[in-house]
Amino acid sequence: MNRTHVNCTVNGDDVDFLAADGISLLDALRDELGLTGSKEGCGTGDCGACSILIDGKLNCSCLVLAPEAEGAEIVTVEGIADGDHLHPLQQTFLEGAALQCGICTPGFLVAAKALLDTNPDPTETEIRYALAGNLCRCTGYDKIIRSVQEAAVQLREVAK
Amino acid sequence: MRYVAPTSVDEARSLLVDNPGSRVFAGATDLIPQIRAGRPQPSVMVDLKRIDRLTSVSHRDGGWAIGAATPTAALTANPEFATMFPGLSEASGLIGSDQIQNRSSWGGNVANASPAADSVPALVANDAQVVIASAGGTRTAAVDEIITGPGQTSLGDGEFIIEFTLADMAAGTSDAYLRIIPRTEMDIAVVGAGVRLTMDGPTVAAAKIVLGAVAPTAIRVGEAEAALVGNTLDEATLAEAAEAASAACNPINDKRGTIEYRRQVAGVLTKRCLLIAADRAQNGTA
Ligand SMILES: Cc1cc2nc3c(=O)[nH]c(=O)nc-3n(C[C@H](O)[C@H](O)[C@H](O)COP(=O)(O)OP(=O)(O)OC[C@H]3O[C@@H](n4cnc5c(N)ncnc54)[C@H](O)[C@@H]3O)c2cc1C
Ligand code: FES
Ligand code: FES
Repeated sequence: MNRTHVNCTVNGDDVDFLAADGISLLDALRDELGLTGSKEGCGTGDCGACSILIDGKLNCSCLVLAPEAEGAEIVTVEGIADGDHLHPLQQTFLEGAALQCGICTPGFLVAAKALLDTNPDPTETEIRYALAGNLCRCTGYDKIIRSVQEAAVQLREVAK
Repeated sequence: MRYVAPTSVDEARSLLVDNPGSRVFAGATDLIPQIRAGRPQPSVMVDLKRIDRLTSVSHRDGGWAIGAATPTAALTANPEFATMFPGLSEASGLIGSDQIQNRSSWGGNVANASPAADSVPALVANDAQVVIASAGGTRTAAVDEIITGPGQTSLGDGEFIIEFTLADMAAGTSDAYLRIIPRTEMDIAVVGAGVRLTMDGPTVAAAKIVLGAVAPTAIRVGEAEAALVGNTLDEATLAEAAEAASAACNPINDKRGTIEYRRQVAGVLTKRCLLIAADRAQNGTA
């Protein structure tokens, strides 16, 4: 398999890596860059556990080829906290018990951040549609939705 | 396997000619899952998204040119487009999740040729044409001439879709698309219905009705269209159109729906789409 040299930024840092052309960006993030926050649940775009932001847009990294990342700005779950300060979504997920096994959590956090970045005051229905590409087999979703609502309130307070 | 991202149509064309077994892609939301499920790996994956024309959306001289690799999220978020083609915009917006929307393209939806592809009935109802890059230059075709069967297209070796063209929606005309899936989001259409109507006051002046997921390809229901033209959308006319839509179906039985269910739902969705499109055509969506 051909290998391509890829330059991009991940969570604000310039990175470069060598990727086999057929591997997914998810595998490159996990195996080449050691960023194992993003998970592979399905590898077919159905579960959202691999969600990342590419140039600000929510994507399933399992459906992106690693060389496609050339020149892109990538944000993974590792990049959403501010140093030691958890992102409000991370804090409300913890406090609201929005996770059990946790494998879906990184994807939900990134997808919820993508939503709140563009829509700071979503309705419950909007949240449910925005997170429809993320599956959770443990929580039954309600605690996730409520945690996103709470984080949205906190983020709006901060923005005031 | 090799990944290449050409920046011009010519470069992409040469790559395809020079590399047997190569394959174009846009969002890869069909292609990567298919490869993971065991379909042969292309020798070269030709990424179309770095060619400007393939991701640009332009509206001028009474029509639209929409790059075949444009993510559907860029179309549903384009107010001018979504207002002029509400049904086509809704159909495009039904594809997958937000994650999928940021990648899925019309070019992929059409070339993948799934009978259940959501954009297809709405594209056909709106007479969408495609500009195709072929070895000799370019050629044009209607969307329904591209799809010939499940997973089958009339695109030749080395050919790919550059862009879609649409004429502006005429006065008194609008469209609608509805689908039925077993859940609210993230499933494949059991039946999809795309309709475009031109209204002259309360009377139907022109109609196009296209059904998805009820036959090997999207089908146009000429009998239902004929039942409408010259009539108002009263109960009897709607019932006749719905019956013609049900009769035109040639569906399969599968886990998502039986033949009987698909036939009946095709009629119901046709009726609902007609009422939505008529209301939009008469009252304007702008
Ligand atoms: C989780 C999930 C949910 C989905 N939900 C839906 C849904 O609700 N409705 C629906 O209709 N589809 C759905 N799909 C299928 C898929 O997302 C769509 O068909 C999408 O429009 C494909 O576009 P793409 O750009 O990703 O195609 P790609 O995967 O890039 O390409 C698909 C095929 O088309 C060919 N191709 C791509 N671009 C061109 C071109 N310009 N010219 C010629 N050939 C080309 C490729 O070679 C390939 O064979 C879903 C997929 C996933 C993974
Ligand atoms: S691992 Fe990417 S969507 Fe499931
Ligand atoms: S917490 Fe286990 S899948 Fe969501």
